[in-house]
Amino acid sequence: MTFKKKLLATTLLAGIAAPAMAQDVPPAAEDNVLKIGLIYTLSGPAAALGEQARNGFMLAADKMGKIGGMETEIIVVDDEQRPDLAADNARELVQREEVDFVVGPIFSNILVAIHQPVTETGTILISTNAGTSNFAGPDCNENFFVTSYQNDQNHEVMGAYAEQQGYQNVFLMAPNYQAGRDSLAGFKHSYTGNVAGEVFTELGQLDFSSELAQIAAFQPDALFTFMPGGMGVNLVKQYGQAGLTSIPFLSAFTVDETTLPATQDAALGLLGGANWAPDLDNAANEEFVTSYIEKYDHVPGTYAMQAYDAAQLINSAVEKVGGDLTDRDALRAALKEADFDSPRGDFEFGVNNYPVQDFYLVEAVKRDDGLYATSAKEKIFDDYVDNYADQCEMQ
Amino acid sequence: MSDVTTAPRAAPRAPAMAMRVKVALILFALFAVLPPVAVALGDPFMVLIATRILAYAIAAMALDLILGFGAMVSFGHAAYLGFGTYAVAILSSYGVNDLLLQMLGAVVVSAAFALVTGAISLRTRGVYFIMITLAFGQMAFFFFISLSAYGGDDGYGLSSRSTIFGSDVLENDMTLYYVTLGFLIALFAACHRIVGSRFGRVLTGIRENRERMEAVGFPPFRYQLTAFVISACITSLAGVLLANQAEFVSPAFMSWHRSGELIVMVVFGGIGTLTGAIGGAVVALLLEEWLGALTHHWPLLFGLILVLMVLFSPRGITGLLERTGLWRARK
Amino acid sequence: MTNLLVLQLLNGVQLGIILFLIAAGLTLVFGIMDVVNLAHGVLYMAGAYLMATFAAATGSFWWALLLVLPGAVVVGLLLEVVVIRRLYDRSHLDQVLATFGLVMMANETVKIIWGTSPLSVPMPDIFSGSVPLMGPLQYPVYRIAIIVAGLAVAGGLYLLVNHTRIGMLLRAGATNRAMVSALGVDIGKLFAIVFTLGAVLACFAGAIVAPILSVDTGMGESVLILTFVVVVIGGIGSIKGAFLGAVLVAVVDTLGGVFGPILLRSVLDASAAGQAGRTLAPMLVYILMAAILFAKPTGLFGGRG
Repeated sequence: MTFKKKLLATTLLAGIAAPAMAQDVPPAAEDNVLKIGLIYTLSGPAAALGEQARNGFMLAADKMGKIGGMETEIIVVDDEQRPDLAADNARELVQREEVDFVVGPIFSNILVAIHQPVTETGTILISTNAGTSNFAGPDCNENFFVTSYQNDQNHEVMGAYAEQQGYQNVFLMAPNYQAGRDSLAGFKHSYTGNVAGEVFTELGQLDFSSELAQIAAFQPDALFTFMPGGMGVNLVKQYGQAGLTSIPFLSAFTVDETTLPATQDAALGLLGGANWAPDLDNAANEEFVTSYIEKYDHVPGTYAMQAYDAAQLINSAVEKVGGDLTDRDALRAALKEADFDSPRGDFEFGVNNYPVQDFYLVEAVKRDDGLYATSAKEKIFDDYVDNYADQCEMQ
Repeated sequence: MSDVTTAPRAAPRAPAMAMRVKVALILFALFAVLPPVAVALGDPFMVLIATRILAYAIAAMALDLILGFGAMVSFGHAAYLGFGTYAVAILSSYGVNDLLLQMLGAVVVSAAFALVTGAISLRTRGVYFIMITLAFGQMAFFFFISLSAYGGDDGYGLSSRSTIFGSDVLENDMTLYYVTLGFLIALFAACHRIVGSRFGRVLTGIRENRERMEAVGFPPFRYQLTAFVISACITSLAGVLLANQAEFVSPAFMSWHRSGELIVMVVFGGIGTLTGAIGGAVVALLLEEWLGALTHHWPLLFGLILVLMVLFSPRGITGLLERTGLWRARK
Repeated sequence: MTNLLVLQLLNGVQLGIILFLIAAGLTLVFGIMDVVNLAHGVLYMAGAYLMATFAAATGSFWWALLLVLPGAVVVGLLLEVVVIRRLYDRSHLDQVLATFGLVMMANETVKIIWGTSPLSVPMPDIFSGSVPLMGPLQYPVYRIAIIVAGLAVAGGLYLLVNHTRIGMLLRAGATNRAMVSALGVDIGKLFAIVFTLGAVLACFAGAIVAPILSVDTGMGESVLILTFVVVVIGGIGSIKGAFLGAVLVAVVDTLGGVFGPILLRSVLDASAAGQAGRTLAPMLVYILMAAILFAKPTGLFGGRG
């Protein structure tokens, strides 16, 4: 990639300054090779998430050797969590590398940036984490598939759980940015009780003592929060220190396999919403989790699982069409069948190519081998369809 | 305190002007042959990157109009770039896809914002002016960050490019490139006219000696404000084109880093020359690409180049060219 | 409701104190040296990173804080001697460019040395925990400590500026630079002292927020712009203006975020109010700045234009 970029810059410069100096660029890739581009955030504060996803995909790819029975070439690109850069990267993958599939990204803003450049060329985009509402609803696209969830769903799980528990007074807290605002909206979608307080914290805030004091003063029935990454690690630690453990801690993307190694015991017993947990009891999951831990020495999170499924999805579809990637309609139909064994159990695509799947209440636990992980405690939604699917006019 | 917002630059003289127009024409000719060359090289993707460079060249040229000729160091110009990009996003979500209508929308909003903030900013000078334009730029930035309907900080993907009189010709990368180039050339001609007009001479006059211009009956405030608004409007046009290039808009287009980069482009090419700003945009963006290819830590090198350039060659690329004698006509 | 108001007011004051520590140096550098220094936020970031490093190395908050101060002097002097000194008689544009370059270099250098993951600094034990204020309301001790420390520094600066010879030169320099050099004062030395003093204050601010904010590469920039607003509102060169401006900006910023939506709810329906409030809140500070500048183009206490 780096070399390509360099080539680009120098040839472009030459093109402007002295066309005669420019050299030939190698011709585009020949056929019979399955080319897949991965776009993940592999640097910066959120690199751990992108690494899990990449690991998950590579784990499946290595296991299969030839994906869909074809010679496979995988190009991994770092989006640096910068949408403008990601859009250019995506175009480069599609137009210059002529990949057949683009897989990624982690963050919604990156998805928003790469969606159009990839799908407009007929290339298949498979999101393994971000699932924004617009692409689930009116802007759904036949070339766009999601192996994760619609963004609101994990928050809705917690709202439904709060509702089910009969909580009447819940305190809401999230960082003040788009995903944080969406999160609280998602929670309120399935929670009808009273909101004790709604606090938007500064992005990157690490000290929650004044918010926690507020929670202590309000004594709500429960706290719902969305605090990804380092913010969540600190919040979890301080929640225990502030002696608030008697107030149920509901969260999404806060207590998971990427933060548990840092929070360890402080997070035990805290609750989250998810579409999967490493201890779901099925053969595919058993195989996935065991081989992942064997290869990478840590417990996989949903990021890894969803990317793993993306590889399985491509494999199943390419096999179905017998390696003929030119017939896009057949390929899309094959993808839509989602004919593979997902570690999460039930998995199929809805009308908008977003998954229809089960959602669980998960709890942070310490495994027998001493590693920390989430554990499925209770199924909250069965074959759950997102709220935007009915706005999608795709067949 | 005295009026030393920027280093004084010699007023452009006729032969120098002619020379610069010649250089600009050569640049435009090279831009024009780039797409066929890219296709011949089997790398049409290059055209898309070049489109971005052309859009930034327009913005840099617009900034040069007030920075170079009016001695106003605006550190918030990325806001206008942002207004342009969001004009495309917001209007297209209401079904207004026409490029010219979107440009009209961008210009109207930018003119209004520039008129109000410019009127406040121009009551001050020097350090104050720089910081206030920066602060207003941030204000616009935060507005779009919290605009949830258009994705907030996530940004907003465009479902298609703008249309021209109902036709979707811009979907073709080549067409978009040539349309952008067309705007660059037309706006260069317009800026060139402005600079050479009586209005432009008053503006440079104010830069050189504010008190004298005031004394002979040219109120600096009015002239500077007009120039500020014109520059803002042209920058927003660059934003409209940029949104079409990226097919994505986000507040990242209007961060203060972007404003800084625009200033860097102008200075790279030598301020107060228009042509220089275009060349500066090309050089700055290519340098970024090239350093980015060399190392992941390219900002370190880019920053170093900036610092060294200021310390050792205060007149930018044109200054360097002058030293090597390649730009003799300027003398 | 009252609880929330008191809590947010205190948070506002605490943010204001941090802003003041950064703005004090910046306003002196602007006022006395007439240098636009975009790299001032870098010093704040440097303070936080030094703090994180020393805290990890010594295992003690206090040793780390003690070590940050000489570290800050070194960083400040280095910056002044290598780059800033050469910018004194340059145009503002050159200063903007060079210091913009410095910001890029500094952010990247920090990434190379410390990586991109945010760091954190443990809070000293005696300051963890909260004190009861009124009713069920509690406030974290550490934040109170920040307020106290900041007020102490502000007091010290007041004494320095108003009751020492150097302070006299600073005041004179802020109003009339030519006069000071005419008095036979070594301007170069005075400038170096001013810049280093500003650097130490900014580093100190960075060091004491490290336990409550994540230490990462972007931290200097969000604060830098707010600091600019503070300096502009307070008037360039005025320490008193910087103090009042900092508290004003911080309180408006903090309260606006919480109470903007609540106030708007009386005129709009709840969801529209929430939406409008969150859109307007981050802009309040800038609207305040525009209003003040409209009335007084040189800020509240600025003498020069």
